[in-house]
Amino acid sequence: MLKQCEGSHAVAEAVALCRPEVICAYPISPQTHIVEGIGEMVKSGELKNCEFINVESEFAAMSVAIGASAGGARAYTATASQGLLFMAEAVYNASGLGLPIVMTVANRAIGAPINIWNDHSDSLSQRDCGWIQLFAETNQEALDLHIQAFKLAEELSLPIMVCMDGFILTHAYERVDMPTQAQVDAFLPPYEPRQVLDPADPVSIGAMVGPEAFMEVRYLAHAKQMQALERIPQLAEEFKAVFGRDSGGLTHTYCADGVDGNDGAETIVIAMGSVLGTIKDTVDEMRKPENGGHKIGVLGITSFRPFPLEAVRVALANCKRFVVLEKSLAVGIGGIVATNVRMAVTGMGLKGYTVVAGLGGRAITMKSLTGLFDKAGRDELEPLTFLDLDWNVVNNQLEREKLVRRSGPAAEAMLRDIGAVAARNY
Amino acid sequence: MSNQQTVKFYQTGTFTVGNRLLAPEDRSVQANMQRTNSLNSGHRACQGCGEALGARYAIDAAMNATNRQLIAANATGCLEVFSTPYPETSWQIPWIHSLFGNAAAVATGLAAAMKVKGKNNVRVVAQGGDGGTTDIGFGCLSGMFERNDDVLYICYDNEAYMNTGVQRSSATPGAARTATTMPVGAEPGNVFGQGKFVPAIAMAHEIPYVATATVADLRDLEAKVTKAMTIHGARYIHILVPCPLGWGSASHDTIRLARLAKETGLFPVFEAEYGELKSTLAIRRQVPVEDYLKPQKRFAHLFGKTPAVDTIARIQAQADRNIRRYKLLEGV
Repeated sequence: MLKQCEGSHAVAEAVALCRPEVICAYPISPQTHIVEGIGEMVKSGELKNCEFINVESEFAAMSVAIGASAGGARAYTATASQGLLFMAEAVYNASGLGLPIVMTVANRAIGAPINIWNDHSDSLSQRDCGWIQLFAETNQEALDLHIQAFKLAEELSLPIMVCMDGFILTHAYERVDMPTQAQVDAFLPPYEPRQVLDPADPVSIGAMVGPEAFMEVRYLAHAKQMQALERIPQLAEEFKAVFGRDSGGLTHTYCADGVDGNDGAETIVIAMGSVLGTIKDTVDEMRKPENGGHKIGVLGITSFRPFPLEAVRVALANCKRFVVLEKSLAVGIGGIVATNVRMAVTGMGLKGYTVVAGLGGRAITMKSLTGLFDKAGRDELEPLTFLDLDWNVVNNQLEREKLVRRSGPAAEAMLRDIGAVAARNY
Repeated sequence: MSNQQTVKFYQTGTFTVGNRLLAPEDRSVQANMQRTNSLNSGHRACQGCGEALGARYAIDAAMNATNRQLIAANATGCLEVFSTPYPETSWQIPWIHSLFGNAAAVATGLAAAMKVKGKNNVRVVAQGGDGGTTDIGFGCLSGMFERNDDVLYICYDNEAYMNTGVQRSSATPGAARTATTMPVGAEPGNVFGQGKFVPAIAMAHEIPYVATATVADLRDLEAKVTKAMTIHGARYIHILVPCPLGWGSASHDTIRLARLAKETGLFPVFEAEYGELKSTLAIRRQVPVEDYLKPQKRFAHLFGKTPAVDTIARIQAQADRNIRRYKLLEGV
């Protein structure tokens, strides 16, 4: 059914359609509306047979989900930013124990300085935690990915993060096609745990594993992700058969592969999440003959973990260069997504550019992207670019620190330099 | 040879008449040949481990009380490490270890799963040492309490981090020496005025049931666990479990020290319901704290050539305060 609703609400409804049995709720922006929405459905009776637990921290949220999942219940929670870091120990534990918890990450920056706006620093900081990470481009895809995530998680006994851009998606009112309960039931079977704590058949879960088996247990985690690499495209097909639309998969290409009457792209922009929309709009404009007819295309990465090395390689097979535009920063080296992409294209002889953009909610505009892609097309881009960085602010601070030992807290000094600003996107 | 052992009419010093003189229905769970041995033999605990004894008593009693419909969540620590040297496990019950600081929250999740699955007869216990309970697991513990989740949390308190090599916890008593009390302050022992008594904090949550017990009094411990399993909601039992390794005591003194902790008044044994004290286990024969302190090397620095009379007096004052506060001489 088509409806106009907030992204968080769309996800809440989709999660409810998946018949979760235990929901762990702890407030953190911009995730809060999702668990609130589920809570309303529990209260109204729309979502039956579900325990809604208000926990005292994100660490407890994930721990309660671990207990619930080990007890055989379908468990869900949502978090963001500091919350994801606060639960990090339990995040690793959930995947290590092989418990198929599904968690929404409403992607948000990590402090200090504290910042509630969107970037991908939070979930990317957990890239090696053993969870599958799927990134939604739109509210529709966020909704659909949750339904796929429960199925995939439970098949593989692995937890999954569905990542959606905080505010940009979670708080945006858009049209979505909400599936029916019958459709979701047809796609997602009831949870049949691989391991469960049951007095009728007592098992011990979580024993210490020493050097004699630790490597093998860890390898199994990798093998599971490789299985996911095969299953994710199949699931997208199965999803399409039931729901009638393309959602999920490992990657999406746009104007990149010489189809739809487009020339093959010489430059391919790679990104994750909602910024793909702005990038596609920019590419549409730049491909127009009156705007120079740039041979430029797009590769969206939906599955960040497992990382689709082969799909990226195939998508970049015929281009000359790629630009990875990412909302994350591996401090001291540059890009996180870019490092993964470079791994994929090893030996292909492509020029590659890393662009760090949109940190802490900095708006990524078509104007900036047009200039950026134009420069990239002429191979005039630096290997590492910080999009729309205000160099005056940075240089002032560096100068201040050179001159004065007690230059004070840096972030506050830089804010003072900028002065009071109107509440709008920068 | 029958299973019947030689009848002893009186076990010296225990105040307990031999179990075999009682009618079968009044005998302790541990005396029953059909007990579950929930924490089975073959584990790797030290000789004289109070925690192994406490866990065995408590979980067998809980199994008995629930008709063997029990699941346990375990914090990281000695109990977890010594019980599951895989491929061997001592646990005869469904058991999960997740992390050091989240046993209470994992148990909350398990209880929610049992409820949502309609397995209302399956009960959940969480267990951990004092570090996993009073320090790193305290947030999750308090959260489980205030939500009144249907979990019995059992703390096996040996008054320090024994698994990592005897470091101070917030349950370490004043003057007790640990590896990490030595750098702090003038004395090798723990500074006075620090630490917390979590049973009192549990009572402040006004949960349905809080009790303390020691491994010296099997019947009292079993009765409290049994009672706890008749109640729904958050319950807390704090069991004093001497640690020969960390306390520097003889392995054969574990039960004697637990008894002395109670008989001095240093460890008050009581029950509380909804925040109110309901009963205490009265001191049978009061003894001075020296009797408890002297057999333990962690207090040896108090009994050198010149005994630390002031420090010993402070410890005695703590015992006296407990006796007043919990009415340990007259009993409640």
